[in-house]
Amino acid sequence: MCLAVPGKVIEIFERDGTTMAHVDFGGVRKEACLEYVPDMRLGDYAIVHVGFALQRLDEATALETLRLFRELGELDMEFGDHWGRAAADAGLPRPAGTGTPQGGQARQAGTPMEGIRP
Amino acid sequence: MKYLDEFSDPALARRLLDDIRRTVTRPWAIMEVCGGQTHSIIRHGLDQLLPAEVELVHGPGCPVCVTPLETIDKALEIASRKDVIFCSFGDMLRVPGSDRDLFQVKSAGGDVRVVYSPMDALTIARENPSQPVVFFGIGFETTAPPNAMTVYQAKKLGISNFSLLVSHVRVPPAIEAIMSSPRCRVQAFLAAGHVCTVMGTSEYPPLAARHRVPIVVTGFEPLDILEGIRRTVRQLEAGRHEVENAYPRAVREEGNPAALAMLRDVFEVVDRPWRGIGMIGGSGWRLAAQYRDYDAEYRFDVAGLRVSESTACRSGEVLQGLIKPHECEAFGQQCTPRNPLGATMVSSEGACAAYYLYRRLQVPAQVDQVPAQVDADAAQREQVTSVG
Amino acid sequence: MAELATAPAPDFDGWTCPVPLRDSPTVVMGHGGGGAMSAELVTHLFLPAFAGQSPDALADSAVVDLGGQRIAFSTDSFVVKPLFFPGGDIGALAVNGTVNDLAMSGAAARYLSAGFILEEGTDLASIAAIARQLGAAARRAGVRVATGDTKVVQAGHGDGVYINTAGIGLVPDGVDIRPRRAAPGDVIIVSGPIGLHGVAVMSVREGLEFGAEIESDCAPLHDLVATMLGVTTDIHVLRDPTRGGLGTSLNEIAAAARVGVEVVERAVPVPDVVANACAFLGLDPMYVANEGKLVAFVARQDADAVLAVMRSHPLGAGAAVIGECVTGHPGLVVARTGLGGTRVIDLPIGEQLPRIC
Repeated sequence: MCLAVPGKVIEIFERDGTTMAHVDFGGVRKEACLEYVPDMRLGDYAIVHVGFALQRLDEATALETLRLFRELGELDMEFGDHWGRAAADAGLPRPAGTGTPQGGQARQAGTPMEGIRP
Repeated sequence: MKYLDEFSDPALARRLLDDIRRTVTRPWAIMEVCGGQTHSIIRHGLDQLLPAEVELVHGPGCPVCVTPLETIDKALEIASRKDVIFCSFGDMLRVPGSDRDLFQVKSAGGDVRVVYSPMDALTIARENPSQPVVFFGIGFETTAPPNAMTVYQAKKLGISNFSLLVSHVRVPPAIEAIMSSPRCRVQAFLAAGHVCTVMGTSEYPPLAARHRVPIVVTGFEPLDILEGIRRTVRQLEAGRHEVENAYPRAVREEGNPAALAMLRDVFEVVDRPWRGIGMIGGSGWRLAAQYRDYDAEYRFDVAGLRVSESTACRSGEVLQGLIKPHECEAFGQQCTPRNPLGATMVSSEGACAAYYLYRRLQVPAQVDQVPAQVDADAAQREQVTSVG
Repeated sequence: MAELATAPAPDFDGWTCPVPLRDSPTVVMGHGGGGAMSAELVTHLFLPAFAGQSPDALADSAVVDLGGQRIAFSTDSFVVKPLFFPGGDIGALAVNGTVNDLAMSGAAARYLSAGFILEEGTDLASIAAIARQLGAAARRAGVRVATGDTKVVQAGHGDGVYINTAGIGLVPDGVDIRPRRAAPGDVIIVSGPIGLHGVAVMSVREGLEFGAEIESDCAPLHDLVATMLGVTTDIHVLRDPTRGGLGTSLNEIAAAARVGVEVVERAVPVPDVVANACAFLGLDPMYVANEGKLVAFVARQDADAVLAVMRSHPLGAGAAVIGECVTGHPGLVVARTGLGGTRVIDLPIGEQLPRIC
């Protein structure tokens, strides 16, 4: 259901009244139908599934996501969960009363969900 | 490939894994809904790299696995008919029906063709106007708009020898059904990224609230999956149960309006049986009345099929995450990828096939004693941008 | 009626006892895919019928003794569709395929036979083009077509052109190359980037066509092999990974020799265009066919020298060490993924098909 890959729209044309595109997947070119992405422009990237563009890939968001990944671990060093880290590093359980950074109770695996009728 | 390769970066994967490791304090059972995600997890060995507390339960998001047996048998019956050209995605060819599969129909003389896109089937219909051409329209919400457009085009262009055998299933009712089972152990979901590309995320907050489970929309590349898990673990540890979008480059909250409009026109919601699980209300789509002429169920009289499922097969329990594949008595014995009893052993992301591949041998997470030359060569190759 | 000999059945599947032809009473396409089904067909249907069968029957070519001479002998049939594809055609394939099978025993092919099965109605210009390509490939490979045969079948049978070639060549002294010689500690080398042939053919196959700057790697490997043997005659295994790709070849060798194989994925050279075509079709490059590549298992102490000489040869310029043989998990191929996890590279069941999931 889910195999869809990002490709670059390199040509847009009409066939039988349907908007189509030639899409380039890193050197491999295939046609795709653009009817579901009417705002697609030449040079944009599309997520293509079985010959149909399903969404424009938002390049700015993609780059932002990668930037966040790169920063991961750096921020945590400064602002993170010190109790949790110390405990984990020592191989010990979290000290009582320190809680989790955002508070609230964590659920135990394997126990039935509260509030759900059987 | 751009916007794909960057999301497999091992160094960034390490950071995500480290963050998960730092965050987790107790065991959690997280279900990834989509078969494509299961495939990626197995393909990259991600589950071996996660801390032991994080257990991934492979969900029923594999349309191959859950297409009802009756539908498979109907497909086999139609494909066997003289003159019919039966077109399908490659995934479906080895799925066992009551007594055979599409490969065997082909062997017996049926004209069964693998296509990449449903539009290819429409092209075949135009090129063979005197023969009925049927496309096996399976899939989740991701594949529904392509199938819908194909039927819409067939009607618009009057390609009357074309018809669609529809077996679409929807994710949110499946999550509801899984969470409603009293034996359910799933505590959070990685929602299927490309399903949400089409449908948006609006169906998930009520589920998260009602069942108090985090639902994180997740992509398919290794970094996407690790990020989805990372955010899920953070929610679980903090006792939150919200819907988050960890795949924002491809998923918008409103989904794809043009696709949604087409789906409303071409399909209507029905109750649908899921193979191995049973009837899940409102979990399927069939063609709407104005497309009845293009509905293979009506075009071909396929009544009177006697359906028989293997009694040893427990794929339904596997699909719901109630048992693990190796807990089934038939696993690895009568049931193997070579000779599958049920659909979960057939496709590369069926939970049972996935388990078969990596449980038949206890392999340590790190392969040791690789010759130094191999690593050196590999490092050198990584500096070369393209080969050949 | 001669007694049927039972051949030892290679145990491709560690858990279950292979039951002959349990899927289907008729031939299905999967039997031709080069994977587990093909192996079962040979092991359970053909081998038992050929009394006194050598256990190395499943290798690419056989080494037979004829009057004291060791002769490598091989046959292959070519049914590729379409007949002409980027970088090659069925004629060139028919020569190079058999030349390569013989090269995998260390032999330089000297003579070929070529049998043609032509479908009534096929246009003669195509046949002529194929014949010319076949002749040119034979000259390039230094091999003579010594004998042949032509049959015509009715329209609707035979798919245009089918070709069978058989070949013979002499195995040099001291050379003993066969799957069972793989041993723990052996280094595994591939001669260059994988997946080119399969993707090139798919790119022009009806129903899947796509545009790509790609050509089949169809080429004769006898000279590359001769160069390698010049460094050491003690090469353990050679295999050209055709149908079923590198993954299948490694599995067959691991099973035949009862050794474990470990592969480092990052070390396997895959050209971008192959990786990208496979990504959008949902295929694994490890199972895509090659027609101008070989994989070699050599003793650890010979690896550096063999690799160096391969890289100095035009058909081995992209050679790379990709893994090694181990004592653990005999018969199984395990890969370390790019992220440091592991996955089992299993023998494919039938042919690999594009998927949507």
